Amino acid sequence: MTSKTRIPIQLQINGHRHELKVEPRVTLLDALRDHLGLTGTKKGCDQGQCGACTVHIDGQRVLACLTLAAQAEGRAITSIEGLADGDGTLHAVQAAFLEQDAFQCGYCTPGQIMSAVACIREGHAGSDDEIREYMAGNLCRCGAYPHIVAAVRQAALEIASSMETAS
Amino acid sequence: MRDFYYLRANSIDAARQAAALPGAMLLAGGTTLIDLAKCGVTEPETVVDITYLKGLDGITVDDRGATIGALARMSSVADHAEVKSRFPAVSDALWQAASAQLRNMATIGGNLMQRTRCPYFRDPANFPACNKRTPGSGCSAIGGVTRGHAVLGTSEACIATYPGDLATALVAFDAVVHLGDRQVAVDDFFLLPGATPEREHAIAPGEMITAINIPASAAAKRSTYLKVRDRQSYEFAAASAAVGIEFEADGRTIRDLRVALGGVATRPWRARAVEEALKGKLLEADIVKQASLLAIEGAVAHGANHYKIELAPRVVARAILKMGETA
Repeated sequence: MTSKTRIPIQLQINGHRHELKVEPRVTLLDALRDHLGLTGTKKGCDQGQCGACTVHIDGQRVLACLTLAAQAEGRAITSIEGLADGDGTLHAVQAAFLEQDAFQCGYCTPGQIMSAVACIREGHAGSDDEIREYMAGNLCRCGAYPHIVAAVRQAALEIASSMETAS
Repeated sequence: MRDFYYLRANSIDAARQAAALPGAMLLAGGTTLIDLAKCGVTEPETVVDITYLKGLDGITVDDRGATIGALARMSSVADHAEVKSRFPAVSDALWQAASAQLRNMATIGGNLMQRTRCPYFRDPANFPACNKRTPGSGCSAIGGVTRGHAVLGTSEACIATYPGDLATALVAFDAVVHLGDRQVAVDDFFLLPGATPEREHAIAPGEMITAINIPASAAAKRSTYLKVRDRQSYEFAAASAAVGIEFEADGRTIRDLRVALGGVATRPWRARAVEEALKGKLLEADIVKQASLLAIEGAVAHGANHYKIELAPRVVARAILKMGETA
């Protein structure tokens, strides 16, 4: 016997509530991609090693592949689809990735961007070395790292200056 | 991953009762349990989710020491201002472990319970023989690719390395694991493999880590965690050292010293021989380097991991001397 009872769960994703019934073993990653059609979050290694599945839970960057969907119930989940403004205006990190050409194949990019948004918010984007250290959990098989660091640096500066303007 | 029943514990007692059921396992951050379930190493019948329990994620630090709730996340502890100032080695060990995402997920209790990264242990489909996984089945690592395996504390049954960084720092500073009403020194919590490598921790079914306590000390306050690895970040230690030092009033004579090794042993490894050899001595490079050789007393290599025997004492010496520089 491999199947246990499906359990009903409610997930709060990008400000919207979703109700679904899943096997307990379903990860948040599979719930997003296969049950809700939110395929922006990528499945790379599916073992917590590559960072392609990075999403935010309650504002913290985590790996969706090692999080059970049931564990995310009652928490605020943000995926790459929820990053841009409602009118389609890109987040500063998304815009910086485009401007700095910070990807080649693009598969790791949603995870890189979600991780970078958190990295900047945590205050861990103060230097290139710090960006490299705190972005280490996101692997890029194409090796676009120099451009990724440049994009994170650019976005961090833009976000910092926009906050100064706002205050 | 085989399916399982999912239970959400609403109290510590409920969690402990559920965890005592056959085939039940506690789930916190999931970074070990879900990973190993995907590898087919663990096949829980029931997963008991303890992440909704309240009041287990606190961090309090005062003159007596630090008390860290079992559900505190690695990132919260690493970034805690008082942990950084009074236990820098603990913060250093945490932020150099895993990745930012994993540190946001993994809890302190779960961190202590993490399993070895031995590739044979993690691959039951290709390597059925593993005494840790299936007692009595043999060891695929001995005679295999052993670059990451342990040189200290090994047995004929198992040479798997204990992979954690945090516990290496904890064992150096005499931390204590709270299991509800019972307490165990971290040094006693981790078991040598011996003939029973499947038993890794001094914890019984139905017991649960509720907190850890680290006593304050001058050595803990002046401490560091030095981690040497194949790549600069997001990698397990080839060899690491947690070191804490306290000087006499002259600022040069060692009054107290704590040394523990990571990445080279089957459990967090306190190097008391190094500590004893250097207490009362002057902090001088030659003396420190000589004494650091005691860290790998009794080491046994299995082929490709031989380099660790040379590397580990150098890491220890470098960490001790680094603590002296900041005098």
